[in-house]
Amino acid sequence: MKIKYNLISLSAPVLALSLSVCITSLILIAIGKNPLETFALMYDYGTTGKSLVSIVNRFIPLYISAIAVAVGFKMGLFNIGVEGQYLLSALLAAAIGASFSVSRPVHILLIMIIATMVSAFWGAIAGYLKVNKGIHEVISTIMLNYIGTGIIAYLLGQVFNDEDKANLIPQTTPLPKTGQIPELNKLLSIEDLPSLHGFLPIAITLGIIYYLLIWKTTLGYNLRITGQNPIAAKFSGVDPKRLTMLAMIISGGFAGLVGMGPLLSYHHQYSIDFPAGLGFAGIGVALLGRNHPIGMAFGAILFAFLERSSQILDLRDVPKEIETMMSAFILLIVVVFYEIIRRYIVTQQIKEASKETES
Amino acid sequence: MDKLIKFLKEKYLIITPVLLIISIAQIDQYSQLTTSGTFGSALRLSIPIMLAGLGGLFSERTGVVNIGLEGMMIMGTWFTAWGGVLFGPWYGVLFGLAGGALFGLIHAIATVSFQVDHIVSGVAINILAVGAGRFFNILAFNDYEYASSTASPIVNGQIGKVTLPFLSGGDINGSSTLNILGIIEEQNIFLISDIAGLLYGVTSNISYFSILALLLIPGSIYFLWKTPLGLQMRSVGELPSGSESLGVNVYLMKYLGVIISGALAGLGGAFLVLEGPSVYLEGQTNGRGFIGLASLLFGNYRPFGVFLGAGLFGFADALQLRSEESIHGLLIVVFLFLFILAARFIYKKNLKSGLICIVLGLFFLIWFNNSTEIPIQFVYFTPHLTTLIVLSFATQKFRMPQKVGQPYRKGELN
Repeated sequence: MKIKYNLISLSAPVLALSLSVCITSLILIAIGKNPLETFALMYDYGTTGKSLVSIVNRFIPLYISAIAVAVGFKMGLFNIGVEGQYLLSALLAAAIGASFSVSRPVHILLIMIIATMVSAFWGAIAGYLKVNKGIHEVISTIMLNYIGTGIIAYLLGQVFNDEDKANLIPQTTPLPKTGQIPELNKLLSIEDLPSLHGFLPIAITLGIIYYLLIWKTTLGYNLRITGQNPIAAKFSGVDPKRLTMLAMIISGGFAGLVGMGPLLSYHHQYSIDFPAGLGFAGIGVALLGRNHPIGMAFGAILFAFLERSSQILDLRDVPKEIETMMSAFILLIVVVFYEIIRRYIVTQQIKEASKETES
Repeated sequence: MDKLIKFLKEKYLIITPVLLIISIAQIDQYSQLTTSGTFGSALRLSIPIMLAGLGGLFSERTGVVNIGLEGMMIMGTWFTAWGGVLFGPWYGVLFGLAGGALFGLIHAIATVSFQVDHIVSGVAINILAVGAGRFFNILAFNDYEYASSTASPIVNGQIGKVTLPFLSGGDINGSSTLNILGIIEEQNIFLISDIAGLLYGVTSNISYFSILALLLIPGSIYFLWKTPLGLQMRSVGELPSGSESLGVNVYLMKYLGVIISGALAGLGGAFLVLEGPSVYLEGQTNGRGFIGLASLLFGNYRPFGVFLGAGLFGFADALQLRSEESIHGLLIVVFLFLFILAARFIYKKNLKSGLICIVLGLFFLIWFNNSTEIPIQFVYFTPHLTTLIVLSFATQKFRMPQKVGQPYRKGELN
């Protein structure tokens, strides 16, 4: 029975994807473009070797961001602040990481620990405000995003700016070699392609850690029951305040690692070019993947693919922003479908249960 | 007298900072804090926030959380620019209103008809709006000069402005009149001149759009609390099943609330465009939809409260635009306020909180002493920080609609 329901659940993202392809096609027709040609173009460009590497590189931070959001979602908390958390921690980790030098694995580990701690702290502020002041985490994390942006601008411009070189744009001192993760190209013998970020194994490990944490530990169990039924959870002895705090700290901790992929394996320094918007994108991925480690992996790949493959469109006179619209449609439609299917399954289960009691 | 003391006791958290600010403003360097110019721009900056907050009010009173306000506001800015460029500013206002309402409708369909989680739907709407704004902009203004993917061409023509005659020196039949408030303001009398500055600022050179927006406050109070439709809408947010049993069309009320909410947020966007740079710019809303939501919390789900909350954020915003020097003066206000709080805590035998306040206060004093200005990047997030600080003082006494944020299905008892 359970398998049947899982299959039905899986139909939601597929339906959502097809429906948003239809809507996008209608828009394309409306602006006088051929949708079939456009999608074929996107597919061809998105599946070249270069594009595939770029998609995987994009997948890494997107997936971690989704995990960070999902930890909160699992107990019904909305950590909209992943954006601010990962940017602030990436800046501090980049600046502090460049100031010392130890052997490679230790250096990388230390940088990651710094990032995790900074963003866990930033997330904890929202947790504190929720638990002690009753401020909804959506409001507080959004405000903290803006505050974080301001602090980043200040630190980058006034404190950490690498003044040795005549930099036109503010940037931190580059990390020494020991603080950089090498690319995977040699290992996979794809040396003719662009650099494949070495953070990939860590991202996959984080997915596994997330799975174990949520489904195999008491803490994860408490998170899940609180998310599904806060009252029942309370009566079973869960301290909701402590749990909220912990969830925000863990979610923030994961968020700190979002920026580590780009930082350690590609940018090696924080500047205003550092990729932004990953925190918000992660919310979409978590929603699409239903907070499941494998679902989110598919979601992250899908969004990464759409983003990369749409790059070709501008050259063919189709605004590439059609991709942003399409992602948003997928998101909006998929949440509707999930809800419809959830209701359907609940009704079916009630019917089955009543049949069983009758017989 | 008893009433006055009671009032002072209840509202000291608001009154003390206001008095402190006025006192600091007596010092020449910080006089910008309470000039008519500051209040004028505070009003102009608070209106979009107020409109968003009012939008949130309509939605949340019918039980639907609307964090899509930001997205609806973004749509408001773009549609306003579109309507404005094609037909003129007042059409822009209508277009902005309609654009916001359209996105309100999407939110209503998702949350009311399909019972999607309200915050999830709101997040999706915000993401959609950013993409849609840019996409529409490229499509609509592709052939215009001075337009890019993130900016529209300029809306020609402006919305008229008016100055109150006699009190603020407005014109009657082409000849200027007395400017009583302006004169009082220049006398530099403690409190009285500051109040005159406030009144002068909000009555001179005020656009018809601002007046329209301000009228929406009494308008919504009347609509929600004095008309049968308003009562029905509010009842849906409190106890939908009960309303249903009395023959109220719950879904319709929720739809209405969310669509009005979007329209108001769109109007806020229209204001940002027409009273600002007269163009649509990506990122123009800069979180004002969210701050509007915060002003709703701050205002305890009441229109006048929303107005006050928005005014506070507008004031913080105006200071950062007009005078960085005055913001530096606010450090001393914060220091004094924290010490007053500390004294109160210690008096109440709450030593721990008192000590925290003293330490924080000293921090601000040292900061004040060792600097001549606050870094511009910090000034930029003053409104957002204010939001958090204000909410952490104000949230204890909330009275939100009972069933806000909970999905309702016809026939379900909840």
